[in-house]
Amino acid sequence: MTEPLMTLTGVGKSFAGTDALADISLEIEPGKVLCLLGDNGAGKSTLIKILSGYHAPTTGTIEVDGKQVVFSSPRDASAAGIATVHQYGGTFPLMSVGRSFFVGAEPTKGWGPLKYFDKATANKVAIRELKSLGITRINDGNRLVGGMSGGERQSLAIARAVYFGARLLILDEPTAALGVKEAAHVLKIIMQARQKGIAVVFVTHNVLHAMTVGDRFAVLIHGRKADDFMKGERTREQITDLMAGGEAMAELEAEIAQYESQA
Amino acid sequence: MSIDLSTATLKAMPSPPPEAKESPFQRMTRRPEMGALAGTVLVFVFFSIVGGQNFLSIGGASAWLNVASELLIIAIPVGLLMIAGELDLSVGSVLAASSMTLAIISGYLGLPMIIGFVAALGIGALAGLVNGIITARTNVPSFVVTLGMNFGLAGITLGLSRAITGTTSVPITVDPVFKNLFGSLVGGQFEVAIFWAIAVALVIAWVLQMTPWGNWVFAIGGDKDSARATGIPVPRVKITLFVLSGLGAAFVGVIQTCMYNSAQTTNGQSFVFNSIIAVVIGGVLLTGGYGSVIGMVLGAITFAIVNQGIYYTGWSSDWASFILGALLLAAVLMNNTFRRLALSSGPKKTSGKKA
Repeated sequence: MTEPLMTLTGVGKSFAGTDALADISLEIEPGKVLCLLGDNGAGKSTLIKILSGYHAPTTGTIEVDGKQVVFSSPRDASAAGIATVHQYGGTFPLMSVGRSFFVGAEPTKGWGPLKYFDKATANKVAIRELKSLGITRINDGNRLVGGMSGGERQSLAIARAVYFGARLLILDEPTAALGVKEAAHVLKIIMQARQKGIAVVFVTHNVLHAMTVGDRFAVLIHGRKADDFMKGERTREQITDLMAGGEAMAELEAEIAQYESQA
Repeated sequence: MSIDLSTATLKAMPSPPPEAKESPFQRMTRRPEMGALAGTVLVFVFFSIVGGQNFLSIGGASAWLNVASELLIIAIPVGLLMIAGELDLSVGSVLAASSMTLAIISGYLGLPMIIGFVAALGIGALAGLVNGIITARTNVPSFVVTLGMNFGLAGITLGLSRAITGTTSVPITVDPVFKNLFGSLVGGQFEVAIFWAIAVALVIAWVLQMTPWGNWVFAIGGDKDSARATGIPVPRVKITLFVLSGLGAAFVGVIQTCMYNSAQTTNGQSFVFNSIIAVVIGGVLLTGGYGSVIGMVLGAITFAIVNQGIYYTGWSSDWASFILGALLLAAVLMNNTFRRLALSSGPKKTSGKKA
């Protein structure tokens, strides 16, 4: 077993006395996809915000490469190689592809006060990296990001994270807003990143998508880790039931079956 | 049970064809100032026809150039703030405070011009700094913060002026050097402010388009959280932008004081909305993330042509406001259209996303 990239031990977070998250322990390994499953409000977003440095945990410890760390800002987390990509790509709709690719790390030409943004290089690199992820439609870095499809924007954001040396890629519901084909494309990109040895945390409530790419799974319910298992240890039905809180889902399914038999 | 991701399947997926090369026209429609350019041409042609020879004379040109350049020195930094998603409604009182500071220190108190000049700009920078720190640290919308500053600073200016000088209008004898630099007329008609406006436009256009810092301004206005996540020091950039906006307004305060050899506490309030009008006509998106300095220049020129052109038509100048109001609305509608074009230009999307 490889050394975990990141280890969470007993991590919890409370907001104004309410526990949003309690006692979460996870190991995130390089070259593996950890799927974080849970219904809306289960605490997935809070956990992502802790992983990416937006929130400091109230309890528990985080270790990166076996050393305890405290992220006081997203900048600390990205310095440690942690990149987060949000549902809509976290990209800037009215910026050009080249510009948005390099936001915060703009390439420059010239020197001293005459140093200027190297648009040609920015555009070239952005297009090249997009191509490497199979996005071939866009071939002009001046194109606005808002003109791309949802999947293309996800790909742009992932390409950006990988280009800037992310070791841990946190993908927050990357497939939720996508059509079938685009979702498959994003899943393929996740596998590409995994192959490069990047650790991936894939947050989703789509069990099918999770089972396609996941090596390891953790299910959150009401801010707690309800289950934790490896690929192949659970069936799709078991996971779905668990996420929805078991009984409630069975009842609902029975009711649906009733309507179906009436039809 | 799982989605088949084997290479064969993905290869079989028809990948959308690469986009065709754009025509230069398509490329142009993606620029934020396209709507503004159309507006400028429209009003220029309109007043050339209705206003005739007088509007087209040197005197006519200087009239709108003078108005446009003072407006621009304020509107460009305000527009930069708007690209970053913030507003500054305090420029009116900052202008008044700066011009009163100069007139009281170097006129009423008789101290050297340079002291009054530095203090006047200092007041502008300080007001911007306060606006910026409050906005960045408290998350109170800048609309409220700067509106409060506009009223608060107007009160301080009025109160202090009356307490110190006993009046709200202070004369000043402007030193020849300062007169030449800031308050003179070139060729008897063109305010020297025109050159300052050109300088401001060139420098800020360079900064916005060609520096990483300029890219940060767009990013902050586009998506503040994503910008922060990439490591951009969002509060610091915003505070700097507010300081620039304060400096722009204070600088026009200095220009007006040197021009008219006096300062009034009520100066400048018209700039609060005029600067926003110019910037919005210029294609800057009110919610941030989109705009250009060229657009702002065109917006200010459009505003000034309407504002001054009306005098050459023989109509009552009351109608200028009506034209400006209608123009503002038309400009926003046109800019929205151009922005939609910019977002959709290029090939039709064929992949998975079928709305």
